[in-house]
Amino acid sequence: MTTTTAPTTTAPALARRRVLAGRPWTLYLALLLTAWFAVSALWPHLLAPDDPLALHLDSALAPPGVHHLLGTDEAGRDLYSRIVHGTAPALAIGVGASLVSLALALVLGGLAALAVRPVAAAVDRVVEVLFSFPSLLLALLLVALLGQSALTEAVAVGVGTAPGYARMVRGQILATRGSPYVEAAVTLGHSRRRILRRHVLPNAVRPLVAVFALSVGQSIVWASSLSFLGLGVAPPSSEWGALLDAGRLYLTHAWWLTIVPGLVIIVLALTATTLGTHLQASLERNDR
Amino acid sequence: MTRTEAAPAATTPTLLDPTPAAGDVPRFRVDGLGVGFTRGGTHRQVVEDLSFDLFPGRCVAIVGESGSGKSVTARTLVGLTGAGSTVTARTLQFQGRDVRRFGAREWRRTRGAKIGFVLQDALVSLDPLRPVGAEIDEALRLHGWGSRRSRARKVVELLDSVGVPSPALRAAQRSGELSGGLRQRALIASALALDPDVVIADEPTTALDVTVQAQVLDLLARTKERGVSILLISHDLSVVARLADEILVMRGGRVVERGTAQQVLTDPQHDYTKALIAAVPGEHTRGTRLVPPPAGNEAAPVPAPRAHPAAPDAVLEARGLVKRFPVAGGLRRTAVDDVSLTLHRGRTLGIVGESGSGKSTTARLVLALTAPDAGDVTLLGEAWSTVPEPRRRTRRRSIAVVQQDPLSSFDPRWDVERILLDSLPAGHGDRAARGRRVRDLLAQVGLGEEVLPRSPLRLSGGQRQRVAIARALGAEPTVLVLDEAVSALDVSVQAQVLDLLADLQERLGLSYLFISHDLGVIHHVSDEVLVMKDGRVVERGSADDVFLRPREAYTQELVGSLPRLADATHRPTTDRTPGATR
Amino acid sequence: MTLTSSAENPPGAAAPHPALDAGLEIAPPSRRAGWIARRVAGRVAGAVVVLWGAATVAFLAQVALPGDRATIIFNTRAGQPIERTAQELAAVNAQYGLQHPVLVQYLDYLRGLLHGDLGRSYQQYRPVAGILGEQVGSTVVLTLSAIALAWVVMVVWVTLTAGRGPRASAFGTAVDTVTAALPHYWLGILLLLVLAQRLRWFPVISDGGPAGLVLPALTLAVPLAGFMGQATRTEFERALEQPFVVSARTRGSSDLGVRLRHVLRHSALPAVTLSGWALGATISGAVVVESVFTRRGIGSVLVTAVNSQDLPIVTGVVVLVAALYVVANLVVDLVHHLLDPRLEAS
Repeated sequence: MTTTTAPTTTAPALARRRVLAGRPWTLYLALLLTAWFAVSALWPHLLAPDDPLALHLDSALAPPGVHHLLGTDEAGRDLYSRIVHGTAPALAIGVGASLVSLALALVLGGLAALAVRPVAAAVDRVVEVLFSFPSLLLALLLVALLGQSALTEAVAVGVGTAPGYARMVRGQILATRGSPYVEAAVTLGHSRRRILRRHVLPNAVRPLVAVFALSVGQSIVWASSLSFLGLGVAPPSSEWGALLDAGRLYLTHAWWLTIVPGLVIIVLALTATTLGTHLQASLERNDR
Repeated sequence: MTRTEAAPAATTPTLLDPTPAAGDVPRFRVDGLGVGFTRGGTHRQVVEDLSFDLFPGRCVAIVGESGSGKSVTARTLVGLTGAGSTVTARTLQFQGRDVRRFGAREWRRTRGAKIGFVLQDALVSLDPLRPVGAEIDEALRLHGWGSRRSRARKVVELLDSVGVPSPALRAAQRSGELSGGLRQRALIASALALDPDVVIADEPTTALDVTVQAQVLDLLARTKERGVSILLISHDLSVVARLADEILVMRGGRVVERGTAQQVLTDPQHDYTKALIAAVPGEHTRGTRLVPPPAGNEAAPVPAPRAHPAAPDAVLEARGLVKRFPVAGGLRRTAVDDVSLTLHRGRTLGIVGESGSGKSTTARLVLALTAPDAGDVTLLGEAWSTVPEPRRRTRRRSIAVVQQDPLSSFDPRWDVERILLDSLPAGHGDRAARGRRVRDLLAQVGLGEEVLPRSPLRLSGGQRQRVAIARALGAEPTVLVLDEAVSALDVSVQAQVLDLLADLQERLGLSYLFISHDLGVIHHVSDEVLVMKDGRVVERGSADDVFLRPREAYTQELVGSLPRLADATHRPTTDRTPGATR
Repeated sequence: MTLTSSAENPPGAAAPHPALDAGLEIAPPSRRAGWIARRVAGRVAGAVVVLWGAATVAFLAQVALPGDRATIIFNTRAGQPIERTAQELAAVNAQYGLQHPVLVQYLDYLRGLLHGDLGRSYQQYRPVAGILGEQVGSTVVLTLSAIALAWVVMVVWVTLTAGRGPRASAFGTAVDTVTAALPHYWLGILLLLVLAQRLRWFPVISDGGPAGLVLPALTLAVPLAGFMGQATRTEFERALEQPFVVSARTRGSSDLGVRLRHVLRHSALPAVTLSGWALGATISGAVVVESVFTRRGIGSVLVTAVNSQDLPIVTGVVVLVAALYVVANLVVDLVHHLLDPRLEAS
């Protein structure tokens, strides 16, 4: 145990955080893409005026080219239009799953950290058990139980990813609760509830902002995995999922049916992650 | 195995010989060294126009506070200045060769073999995951020394030569398993492994207890006697007094004073050096200001030696406190063992001890942050430690604390204004009244309103500590617990804060429980002193009694190990009874 | 008074215990062993609790299936919903023990688990354990190879690119983030099309040999490497700034030497902790990957089972994976302790 280190008056280095937040151009790109996705979801006809379900059987399975920007599927439907029009349901499932996931995580993690000792220990064990199931398997279990529907998909993905976040919430709350500034508040004579409200919860939840953004992207990826396995939802509830599901059959001669939607999903996930990281960094910058 | 400190050779010079033997060639020749850093377009000059010569068997010390550039200098001399740095010099030679021409390979050959480097705090300066023997072995292996078996033997030899008992056993232990003194010795052993000509020691004793510090300095002194040149970097003038032949005082990257150790310490020329020496608290500074008031402000009164009322009442009493903790390996460690203390109104009770002595745990018990396993604490005449928390909460305002690291005790999202507003009692009045009170608190600790909107991250160490004190005052406490509150501050800043605390005690009638490992600070501030070791109170009494006339062996050893500025004029021979060095 | 004596070296006395003379209280070996044994027992007990919890969840899932289970079983086999006679239902009830009270079924289920009996499939007429047993080997091989490959890729990548200035750092982090976000099916198809179909370096349909293992393992390994790389990189760069790295440099070590001999061990710790979780995640990824590359394994079995609501198989896989996860975590704890033997009080 050391008694003292060399005296210093400099503030700790925060440069690393800024590096991780990325260059500003990533933020601008992410905002641009978010705008694109938002417009696709709300007014798809602005970006893809053609009817996505219109059949052009004579140009079925056409590769990306001049007439059809991203190619066509097995029934000649334009892939680009299908993707644009499918943004809304995909986002709905992703955001829905994230909300389910985070709500569960906050409740479970909060209980595991703050409740009375026996309750907290029990909840902690439950979370650990759930955490031992991989997210996808947990989701599959729920789909097997509840059948295939949009709601099930959202709930399944949400429940599948919740245990990991619950552990994070619990860890954050415990770390915050044991920190020196909480102790300082105790010496000032503040009540437990006041400390919880003014110190513990805000500081614990703060880092989770980025996590929420991340989870939206992650949820969409998981949901698409379910669709790829054929366990997702039938269209029109989930266009992207249907594309992936159908695309499996035509892997070798119509690769764009799977690769392109997958690419869109990846871009959406990365956009969400970038937004979250920047949001987190700017929240922390405001502390300075 | 006992290690006897060999008494120096029969003839011990009592006066220093400042000039090196004629014909000696300096090992390091530095002339006009400048180091700057360029980061993101801005350039910062960290060291300017530094010059010195390092001769065989001599020690040059560079003394300065944080930001003085001393550590950067040390690293530059081994080519490890860091990214984005520019090094300029008229001369920068090691053993006659220009080190600026050294390539990576040349440096790798030189470091470790010809120049040894000792950092502070071996707990983090040795890889905590590897046994210390492996660290020493690395020094040997990197320079192709011997075979695996002969290296293993050499490692044990080296540990033995630096005074580590049971060296074969220790070599297999990691730095965390050794005490502070042993691991610092192991670190020094790794630096001395290949018998380098020069040893650069950057704050080698800063993280150590006083007694251990003395031993490490002795070790370095013996190394110097063997003819090794030492470059010693420190913020502590009294530490370098024992070893240094020549002292350079740095401030803001420039050398403000230089000379032989005797000259600089007994007859400093520059104001900064004088202030630095004056700012060191100790026996002679009791009852005085450490920092002279700014010129033109002679009206500021010097606090008179505290006049004590005949029988002040006891504001804080602890009886028979015991606290145990579970420890890795299945044991329970008794951190506090039957500790009793009494703090009287308006006085300062100092608790001094080395690391692991239990002083911080005692502070936590007194603050009722943990419950004692036995014993009780009484605050202002009423039971304190035995009362359940909800009832105790309303009385918490009577006792406040200032910690060593104020930054971690502030909510990271809050600015100064919010921190101070939070400390005011509920129902203090309307918003205007609260705002006035906050400004009032700032004025009491000597800060201006401009710090209100700032985050503590953007304040200096001294300013942060003042905010912490202001926050403690916001509750209008009777007792203030200061747990190593000035230990992390530069000497000059520490002096200011100590003066501030003295003022506040005068004005507000506060009672202080002052905890520190620094004997000088405790001697300066305390009326009464408790000496703690391994959880027990070893000695108690008035400050002068304990420090000038210690009765217990441990206290005598503690006081005797304290490095003093006067050591520069008298190199210690064998006798170190306290008082003999005056 | 000479400074011959100190708190650490009592003059003349033989040290009572080699460690105690340092003033540190390290327990004698026997007591320490007892403490370690207790901690290990605690871990194992925790693992058993998790397994029991997993089994309970699996059982509850089967009970929770809405509707009369016997009818569902019949209809699953027949593929169509028809009304069944009481006699037929009774037969199925007897076969699956559905007529007993739930608690009894639960205990039977637990008892069966201890014997390795995971129940009987609704659709096929065989025990689940048998069905899975045939397929699980291939999946386990794929999973382990993927994790090993991920480790190798991550270690090389992070060691070479971490701590080399803000640009390299940002680039490395960006690559980590992007690769971690790649869905398995997408990457798998990409690799399949480019490396197998176009370039013909690897077989399109995996035949069980090592060549057929490469692409599926790579598909699983790359996102995992990205994910673990993020945590490792942060730790790596933090460790690079620690004083012991400076010490090593001052002894004459090269930059690469410091990275390999000192920093790597420190930075591997979070990745080791993640590896326990990684096993479960990789197995679930394997489900997808086996589908893409048409590989044998529990993946296809699982998908079919979910489709037809053949719950015993789904829950059987879940319990099996939970068991593997628990074992993996014990191994991970052991490895973590080997890398970082510093003990902490519980």
